[in-house]
Amino acid sequence: MAGARLRYPPLRLVPALAVAGLTLLPAAYVLASVLAGGDTARLLWRPRVGELLTNTVLLVLLGTSACVTVGTLAAWVVERTTLRGRPLWTALMVAPLAVPAFVNSFGWYSLSPSFAGLGAAVLVTTLSYYPLVYLPVAAMLRGVDQALEEQSRILGNGTWRTFGRIVLPQLRPAMSGGALLVALHLLAEFGALQALRFDTFTTAIYDQYQSTFNGAAATTLAGVLILLCLVTLGCDLGLTGRARLARVGRGAARPAITHRLGHATPAAFAGLVLLAAAALGVPLGCIAFWLLTSTSTAFPAGELWQTTSTSIILALLGAAVTITLAFPVAWLSIRRPGRLSRLVERSTYLGNSLPGIVVALALITIAVRYLPSLYQSTAMLLTAYAVLFMPRAMVSLRAALRQTPPEFDDVARSLGVRPAAVLLRVTLPLIARGVGAGSALVFLAVITELTSTLLLAPIGTRTLATQFWSGSTSINYGQAAPYALLMILVSAPAAYLLTRRSRMVES
Amino acid sequence: MRTRHTLVALAVTAAIGLTACGTNEAPAGTASGAGAAKAALVLYNAQHEEVGQAWADAFTAKTGVKVEVRNGSDFELANQIVAEGAASPADVFITENSPAMALVSSKDLFAPVDAATKVQVPAQYSSSKGDWVGVAARSTVFVYNSSQLTDAQLPQSIMDLAKPEWKGRFGISPSGADFQAIVSAVYAVQGDAAAAAWLQGVKDNAKIYRGNGTILKAANAGEVPGGVIYHYYWYGDQADGGAGSSNTKLKFFGGKDAGAFLSVSGGGVLKSSRHPAEAQSFLAYMSGAEGQKLLADGDALEYTVGNGVAANPKLKPLAELDAPPVDLNTLNGPKIVEEMQRVGLL
Repeated sequence: MAGARLRYPPLRLVPALAVAGLTLLPAAYVLASVLAGGDTARLLWRPRVGELLTNTVLLVLLGTSACVTVGTLAAWVVERTTLRGRPLWTALMVAPLAVPAFVNSFGWYSLSPSFAGLGAAVLVTTLSYYPLVYLPVAAMLRGVDQALEEQSRILGNGTWRTFGRIVLPQLRPAMSGGALLVALHLLAEFGALQALRFDTFTTAIYDQYQSTFNGAAATTLAGVLILLCLVTLGCDLGLTGRARLARVGRGAARPAITHRLGHATPAAFAGLVLLAAAALGVPLGCIAFWLLTSTSTAFPAGELWQTTSTSIILALLGAAVTITLAFPVAWLSIRRPGRLSRLVERSTYLGNSLPGIVVALALITIAVRYLPSLYQSTAMLLTAYAVLFMPRAMVSLRAALRQTPPEFDDVARSLGVRPAAVLLRVTLPLIARGVGAGSALVFLAVITELTSTLLLAPIGTRTLATQFWSGSTSINYGQAAPYALLMILVSAPAAYLLTRRSRMVES
Repeated sequence: MRTRHTLVALAVTAAIGLTACGTNEAPAGTASGAGAAKAALVLYNAQHEEVGQAWADAFTAKTGVKVEVRNGSDFELANQIVAEGAASPADVFITENSPAMALVSSKDLFAPVDAATKVQVPAQYSSSKGDWVGVAARSTVFVYNSSQLTDAQLPQSIMDLAKPEWKGRFGISPSGADFQAIVSAVYAVQGDAAAAAWLQGVKDNAKIYRGNGTILKAANAGEVPGGVIYHYYWYGDQADGGAGSSNTKLKFFGGKDAGAFLSVSGGGVLKSSRHPAEAQSFLAYMSGAEGQKLLADGDALEYTVGNGVAANPKLKPLAELDAPPVDLNTLNGPKIVEEMQRVGLL
């Protein structure tokens, strides 16, 4: 039976190929037009590009190192020491996920106009993105094999030596995975940096877009940015390492070793409090301050309600479309593993490593020239969301599919159910949890998405993110504050669900 | 099991259905206007969101013609109209500065302005080609921190800012269309060679900010002694309590200096408009007595340009500004952007 079935059933292969093609479209378009452009040399070899390259690379290196250091240290203190209040700390450490980076940045710069430059950019992005390292490292620390650490101690190594030689290498995959995410976020970051007077490729592309719409200068910078993203992806492959981390036989599960902090307790406590205050206290406090004091604070309830519902509807639609498009690819890669299906699956990850501005710019240019009916439509915006956030759906769907035995499908088939019905009646219900988790991830991402929404939103469509942006860039801080607060409130439940889930998966 | 599967199927169907609705929304809205209901105009608004919206709302209240607004910046929307060509959904386009109008005009995408509308605005504030009219104006100013700079130390011309003594002592916002318009005026008044040398000097000297409001705030905080902005940022803050401008004063260059440039916000009707009659009457409304009065009475504090409507009395009168004469429709936006890319300001 198994030998007789087609390796790649065409009805399933074709949608998967189409989805992969769609996600590759923006990058392919940008690179092709850079190569074809007659003006490329003039726009590429100029001092400004050098400045941007220096700024971008510095930010990625410093920001990523800071996130890895802060995230790993915080995770170790919370998970592996005797510090009290672990559930509370866990919640506080991941809560910044619900505060968009550009809101966090607003919290800092609205206090003083001199908060600007590289230092400010590294500080703000670290406070926003360290949870991307914290989450996987904390999960790894909970699940990691204890025996190696005990053996190291028995052989005479102290706490620090054991940490350096045993714990850190075990954490390497989690740290490098988190670091990759942080680096890609930093390459794409726009809103948080724009106000800090620190230009990177992404902010410069936006400036070019404002000055020339889809001009060659913007496309050329986008081409360089895509190359930087590819280099970053390549670095990650080198950093993960090949050391064997598992042992033969799982042994008996038992709670992780906790280290006594002793007289270091106050320092650890103060460190975590400081981190939470900087990452949560400053933005939330600032929002409260502007809500209470600003003269430009208007509370147009009707407009706030309308904007909130637009945001939620767009996020729900975005999640539905993204999950639907991700499904054929996820199915193919798990149920029909092979070189072609892996290639198809991998190609859908490129979109997520592209900044929203690049994807939006490419889609606009393609639509204006070839698909005028799609231009400035909601469908176009949802397409951009799908391209950008496909990997978030893919990861969840793949994990869920992997946990579902393919034998169920075979049994259903042998009982006479047709392939399409197997999909609907057996496969989909079994992966419902994965669908939910993937949807929550995409939902969160859409709520806080700024650049492609700014460029692609149909006439009259306003989201919480674009309204906040409009208020904060015209320095009507009081006008921006309610939108920031609503964005956090709408994101919080999805962020909470995700952290709870990551705990459940580990336990 | 069954209910779950139904739910998933429902969700997927709903998502696809809604997506399809979303796609149809915009064209359907425009097409239905041809029927019994009045036409809905699309305004591409590069003016301040509040200014464009106030005109649109007042026009709808007066005539019943709905106006949908797409907000953006000058060159973003102008280039967008150029890229869209005849398929552009826009009926009317208004900007903050003239170069973006000149760009659309140079591609012959504007329809001629109704004769009755043209006479509402003095000729020097409109396109020499007769395809757009001025709807508002803003004066270039040098804002300075009055405890850091004395009157004697102020620049006498905007050209002075390229001199070495101004290194690191003033702010500009080169990514905005406002500063780009000021640069285009320097090119128009001083000629290409002198202007190019000036631009290089400004690039070497200026501190870069994003947005005129940020420059004002920075000068007020003493972070930078001065900056090149438009007048209404300062007047707006003064009217709002002055928290962000109380330590600053304005220097109007005057004397027909390039730095006294009066930048005119234009309005035009697109040739491709599907509702040309309504679009022309909207333009007539904005540049006419009622629209100009709305501008004078509002919080925007930009200058009115229409005949017989004086600007807000808080402002230094338009007649005293002594701005340089510039043919607005020849201000070359794309060339200025290229020049700014060349020196590295963009």
